Amino acid sequence: QQIQEDLNKQLFDNLVSFLRQSHPEFQGKTTEWTWRMKTREIPTAALVLGVNVTDHDLTFRSLSEVLQNNITPYIALLEAKDCPGIKNLMQKLMGQLMNCYIDVDSLEDEDYVQVSQRRIRCSMTSLIKWYESVTKKKDSETPSKKRTTSSRHLQSPPVVVIFKDMESFTTKVLQDFIVISSQHIHELPLVLIFGIATSPMIIHSLLPHSVSSLLCIELFQSLSCKEHLSTIIDKLLLTTQLPFKLGEKVLQVLINIFLYHDFAVQNFIKGFQLCIVEHFYSQPVSVLCCQLVDAKKRANSLSHDQCENIRRLPSFRRYVENQVSEKQITLLTEDNFLKETVQKLLEDLHVYHENYISVLRCLHVFTSSLPKYPLGKQIRELHCACLENRVWETEEYESSLQLARMLNKSDLVTMLQQCVEIFVSSSGKEFDKTVEKLKEFLTQFQKLEEEAFQEHDVSVSSQKELQKKTDLYHLQKTLLEFKESRRSKKLTKFETLRFEVVDYIDSLVRNYLVPADHKTLHEVVYFNTASVLREHLNAAPRIALHTALNNPYCYLKNQTLKSDGGSISNKAPDICIAYKLHLECGRLINLVDWLEAFSTVVTSAEGPNADVPSSDQVDDIIHARFIRAVSELELLGFIKPSKQKTDHVARLTWGAC
Amino acid sequence: MPNLEHPAYPAATLLHLESLVPCRESQVSMLLSIFGERQQFSFPSIFIYGHTSSGKTYVMQTLLNTLQLPHVFVNCVEYFTSRLLLEEILIQLQSCSSEAEETSHVPCDSFNDFVRLFKQAVGSQELQDQTFYIVLDRAEQLREMEANILPAFLRLQELTDRNVTVVLLSEIVWELFRPNTGCFEPFTLYFPDYSIGHLQKILSQNHPPEYSADFYAAYINILLGVFYMVCRDLKELQHLAVLNFSKYCEPVVRGEANERDTRKLWKNIEPHLKKAMQTVYLREISSSQWERLQRDDGEPGQLKGLSAHTHVELPYYSKFLLIAAYLASYNPVRTDKRFFLKHHGKIRKTNFMKKHEKTSNHLLGPKPFPLDRLLAILYSIVDNRVAPTANIFSQITSLVTLQLLSMVGHNDQLDGPRYKCTVSLDFIRAIAR
Repeated sequence: QQIQEDLNKQLFDNLVSFLRQSHPEFQGKTTEWTWRMKTREIPTAALVLGVNVTDHDLTFRSLSEVLQNNITPYIALLEAKDCPGIKNLMQKLMGQLMNCYIDVDSLEDEDYVQVSQRRIRCSMTSLIKWYESVTKKKDSETPSKKRTTSSRHLQSPPVVVIFKDMESFTTKVLQDFIVISSQHIHELPLVLIFGIATSPMIIHSLLPHSVSSLLCIELFQSLSCKEHLSTIIDKLLLTTQLPFKLGEKVLQVLINIFLYHDFAVQNFIKGFQLCIVEHFYSQPVSVLCCQLVDAKKRANSLSHDQCENIRRLPSFRRYVENQVSEKQITLLTEDNFLKETVQKLLEDLHVYHENYISVLRCLHVFTSSLPKYPLGKQIRELHCACLENRVWETEEYESSLQLARMLNKSDLVTMLQQCVEIFVSSSGKEFDKTVEKLKEFLTQFQKLEEEAFQEHDVSVSSQKELQKKTDLYHLQKTLLEFKESRRSKKLTKFETLRFEVVDYIDSLVRNYLVPADHKTLHEVVYFNTASVLREHLNAAPRIALHTALNNPYCYLKNQTLKSDGGSISNKAPDICIAYKLHLECGRLINLVDWLEAFSTVVTSAEGPNADVPSSDQVDDIIHARFIRAVSELELLGFIKPSKQKTDHVARLTWGAC
Repeated sequence: MPNLEHPAYPAATLLHLESLVPCRESQVSMLLSIFGERQQFSFPSIFIYGHTSSGKTYVMQTLLNTLQLPHVFVNCVEYFTSRLLLEEILIQLQSCSSEAEETSHVPCDSFNDFVRLFKQAVGSQELQDQTFYIVLDRAEQLREMEANILPAFLRLQELTDRNVTVVLLSEIVWELFRPNTGCFEPFTLYFPDYSIGHLQKILSQNHPPEYSADFYAAYINILLGVFYMVCRDLKELQHLAVLNFSKYCEPVVRGEANERDTRKLWKNIEPHLKKAMQTVYLREISSSQWERLQRDDGEPGQLKGLSAHTHVELPYYSKFLLIAAYLASYNPVRTDKRFFLKHHGKIRKTNFMKKHEKTSNHLLGPKPFPLDRLLAILYSIVDNRVAPTANIFSQITSLVTLQLLSMVGHNDQLDGPRYKCTVSLDFIRAIAR
């Protein structure tokens, strides 16, 4: 659990630090704005944030935090739902500003009284008075008292008003507010920030020209959420610091939800957290999922049961089966030996991850610049592909290698340099040799450059030929031609070297990018039950309702309800019976028919002893039960009373979904 | 040019006033004659109207200030409730009286209270022998307050029995004000728009001290030549003049041209101004950005305006939802079967249909459609199967909050909510790509 808290903290740290990157320029602007107070325009920042509304909260919170620390203590966050009218807006604004003022120096008790008095009169003048009093107090506190009025104005911090969701504000409120504040811009340095989800055109459509001419709008575009996601994936999944890893399917589900549904990074992180919780909850061997040092310690102190759990893991069994028979027996019987092996295996896994990540990045450097992106443009796609199965067996990999064999020299050299950087920065010990090798390649290239003046023309022409034909369609043809030409003509030095490089990369990939589920003990750190996640994150209310009503056993777990599907049992709850009967009807349902069918189903259990006379006169109790079931269905939205025919209800759903 | 003449005020003040309000001499003299002498009762209420920035507020303010008439100046937009408005008037009244005693502010909830308090305030001071002026700027807001406010202000003189005149300033004509119940008719005064000559005169009046008046006047002439077609707003023109003046002066500063070399200067500034018309005037880029651009002498191409960022990134299914909504809004229901079913019947062309297809649906605007239809179209346009998950439904509501869709009719949710698609064809085209 403690690990998990750490993880959450890490997540948010990452996020906030990321957001900060996008805001420094912004801070620069705000300080500059205060210099421009002479004009009647209100400085305004339009922040285009993208449609992922759920993320905005966090963005604004961190933004106001940053502003609070650096520029001004006076910040008000306004939301459209709080401000249906200009009155509410002013009240909210005053409340927030004055409260934050109290937060600044909460020592004086008088302020509380003053504020409560003033809250009665929420107008701009009182706001200005308040602002003047605050800034004056500030001035008297600061030692540098002797300042001219003009410089004091510059010194005074601006009041920042943030409109969280510009689209939802009513035009009238915004217009009025802007007009009012533009009247007082000389006395009150006000800065507006509009949070815009769609496009900045909304400003023009919301505000008429007479109002928007009062604003001095500058546009700031926050990073698109896709980029945001890839940085998060980069920082979270592709590091060795986080012991927990996502399996291929799970990652796919999360990314799909992100791309298909909401673009909300927040939700992605929540899903990720859910994965962590689910993993620790459902997987007994997840105790070993922590930093390597801790994991070793824990492995030492495993109980017998836990050892058994490990023995039961499919990947471990595979491992055991590959061992010599005596070793197999000791592994399966002796706990201590098992613990040692587990430690060793965990270490292997850790090393594997380290290598995996750097090689993955390296491969990404190569594949991301190829035409048509056979292995995907983003590193996350590559990551998924590698997790799924042996990447070198796929066709895409094949084609990308072939394309890589045709890269020109300058690209190749820059890529190699990037790879060297990656490997140097990674902590893996095994890469010393790789780095050397790559550097060797680089020096060879340089040498080649010096030597190759004579051969230059030849190679260049062949390269040019190649570059023309880089698209996939002609690939096959070019390759065939090339094979022939290779046979006929001796390869240039450059070409041989290029082949060497690509082959070397290929060997690296084959060595290190083994999919994780081929590794022993991968269950410890990988979470792979995508179906659970999908169930939790991709709620389907209609389907859930349908199954609940159609097959009550699914939720009630009552043995008597376990039916064979087709028939309608009378033991099911009334509402289920009514629901099943209504499924058989058309758009309009006759209530009397329905009642009759209902009563026959309900009474059918009594079977033979249910006598004939009761058939035409329905029992009162059954009648009442029926009415309740029908009204429950109406509440759930399956039917509604119809005016077309008396005694009929209309169905609102079509078919079973 | 009619010189201002009035027996009650010294000629020097009047001359000063005249220099402050160019091109409004006739209106001012009219007002002065209405006001009469200080102690004389004047017309109970005056209504002044005119187009945006025709100097109503400015003239009133300078008039009252230079002649030092006791007055209260209130903007009705700022004091959005009647209570705030009345209290504000009283507060200003207190502060303008010579006694500087700060009384705690008195609650004033109704007009009755106001009349009582106003009487007290005026009576206690030496204002009795002068006309007191209450100027209500943006008076059109008064119509949205309580019904009694406007008529009561109009006959405030009668109600309070004090020497008071209420001046209403507005951009719309009096006919739109007149309440149903009838009221005291104010004296109406129209401020006409400034002509191009007036604009020229006013704008060149406040030239920067470093340059001669003629030089600035020539600049204003060029500026008006470019902008007069699109903009007659004095404020806006002033703003533009200040923004672009430094560029105009550039050759003079560098010594390439002297101040009289109008032609050269014109050549220098004209393309620049045209660029400004496309960007700054429409607030595509802000004026501070524009200034920075001028300083760096960079190309405005690097700075994208607001409308350049029209592209909106939407999640995969949201795009389809929006497209489906668009289709549902602009296609009639009966064509659904034809468009979205694989095995539709043959299209029967009747005369009736042809006649109707001629008026484009795009001219008629979006029509509302029920939720079920939207989902049905969605299922048919998305290739793979879509589960009706909560995510899809929440996306619909989030599209509504983004104002890409709008909800029609606020009746029962069970009835099946109806939506309208509010985005344009271009937008949909961009998304569908």
